[in-house]
Amino acid sequence: MVNLAKRNVQKEKKTSSNHGFIKEISKNRAFYIMMLPGLLFIFVMYYLPMFGVVIAFKDYNPSQGIIKSKWVGLKNFEFFFKSQSAATVTFNTLFYNVIFIVVGLGLAVLVAVMLNEIRNKFFASMYKSILLFPYLISWVVAGYLLFSLLSVDRGVINRLIQHFGHEPIQWYMEPSYWRYIIPVSYMWKNVGYLSVVFFAAITGISSDYYEAAEMDGASGFQKTVKITIPLIMPIVITMFLLQAGKIFYAGLGDWGLFYNLPRDSGILYSTTDVIDTYIFRSLKQLNDPGMTAAIGLYQSLVGFVLVVFTNWLVKKYDPDSALY
Amino acid sequence: MENLKRRKKVSISQIIIHLIFILACIFCILPILLVLSISLTDESVIYQNGYHLIPEAFSLDAYKYILSGSSPVLNSYLVTAIVTIVGTVVHLYLTSMLSYGLSRKEVKYSRALSFYVFFCLLFSGGMLPWYILLTKYLHLKDTIFVLIAPYLVSSVNVLIMKNFFKGIPNSIVEAARIDGSSEYNTFFKIVMPISKPVFATIGLFVAVFYWNDWMTCSLFINNTKLYSLQFLLQSIMDNIAYLQGNPMLEKIGTKLPDETARMATCILAILPIAVAYPFIQKNFEKGLTVGAVKE
Repeated sequence: MVNLAKRNVQKEKKTSSNHGFIKEISKNRAFYIMMLPGLLFIFVMYYLPMFGVVIAFKDYNPSQGIIKSKWVGLKNFEFFFKSQSAATVTFNTLFYNVIFIVVGLGLAVLVAVMLNEIRNKFFASMYKSILLFPYLISWVVAGYLLFSLLSVDRGVINRLIQHFGHEPIQWYMEPSYWRYIIPVSYMWKNVGYLSVVFFAAITGISSDYYEAAEMDGASGFQKTVKITIPLIMPIVITMFLLQAGKIFYAGLGDWGLFYNLPRDSGILYSTTDVIDTYIFRSLKQLNDPGMTAAIGLYQSLVGFVLVVFTNWLVKKYDPDSALY
Repeated sequence: MENLKRRKKVSISQIIIHLIFILACIFCILPILLVLSISLTDESVIYQNGYHLIPEAFSLDAYKYILSGSSPVLNSYLVTAIVTIVGTVVHLYLTSMLSYGLSRKEVKYSRALSFYVFFCLLFSGGMLPWYILLTKYLHLKDTIFVLIAPYLVSSVNVLIMKNFFKGIPNSIVEAARIDGSSEYNTFFKIVMPISKPVFATIGLFVAVFYWNDWMTCSLFINNTKLYSLQFLLQSIMDNIAYLQGNPMLEKIGTKLPDETARMATCILAILPIAVAYPFIQKNFEKGLTVGAVKE
């Protein structure tokens, strides 16, 4: 009897060490079953395409499939990097995103601080609602809005210019204007959203800080610089990291403005083409899958390095704000 | 005296702030009002006088034309509405269950699985392998599923929800367990109702994403019957493409609303968001801070 019990205990021990995995699964069966569809989905939609990066090193032929297509080494990359486009799209991607992040976050903090200064709650919430609204509008619709302003013959801005006796401006023919149009459009859509996020953080700050500062005779400006901004910094950094992560995030970043605002016009590519639009166009034409995959991999790798680097940088100065 | 001076100074700075905000609001809303005005103007006046902020000759022809059903807009509206509703519901269902599992401490592998989810944010295979997967292996090209399926789980949303669920006191879940509630029951009957803000916010983000998505349709859909609203809008930027999508091709000669019809389609694309906006805004704002919590 005792022997039997002993044997049972031994058996149990053995199973727990050898089959810890199975035991864990069966113990928390309900949770694993709940998670399973999501985990499978992620495997299929995110992990399977990762194996597809081998296409970047192949002369991909749809009829032969991925495995049977010929290896070509780095030829696809060579082809892309030797073209003029590589430098243009890389530069544009970085140029615009640096502006988006620096100016966008800066303006948003400013707007949030000013919103907080408004005494009349009704007006404050009305302004907030109006500023947030463009965030919900698609870049396709935004393209129409922009066109109604900039159209050469009918656009409101050109009619104003003509009204004052000047020649109408060919906005859609001259690349250099788009260095301004694109950032301004980005601010139109996103600053409201970011400032609402920051404003929510500001309203979360305890009034004790401000009361104590007032007792010490701090001015409104001092309170903003010494209390408000430092206290919302963590959330600003989080938004910064999230945006930095999106710069080279294949496909799902916010690149619709580069495609829809200039109406995919070839004349404007020198100042409007970014990596995503470049990949998107070659994907639609599908004339050189190998090179498209190579650019995609290049984008992913740069994105990976960028996120890890910015996160490392943030971690160095403010470990609590790092993303991971 | 001192007090009076200070109040006056404060009110001046208040006026400046109000002025700045009024200008910013005009900047945000004016282009939308402009398009609204164009859509309500008589087509022939547009050709003569261009766009104006106030309709020079008021006309509802563009809307009448769209709603009469002879334009492809209504069909696209239906496609987009189905995609948005089904996509949002399934997204919330899959994402919330995955996040809930990951948030539970008793799940031994939750850390490893969280990394498995998080890694997708750091690295991706790029768009081409994704395109090949959806077309060649899953055979979703030219089906309505391709507009929904690729976005049913997103890593960012999983991490946001996981963080939210972690904030729920464990005692609530324990108490339900002791009362004999199954884990599913606990999740659907107890955890979900108290997690409304995060469901509302993520639901809104996802719904707006599906509603505004043009890229997927542009890549995978050739059948004009399955055009989403945004893609239809994009393809009718050029006159000719619009007519191609229009079975009434022979009507070119007659004066159909064209410019105004396009602007009216734009307004109809914004309309559901604008109508829902006052109701969703409060939840949206409340949840925005949830969206900013970190891993």
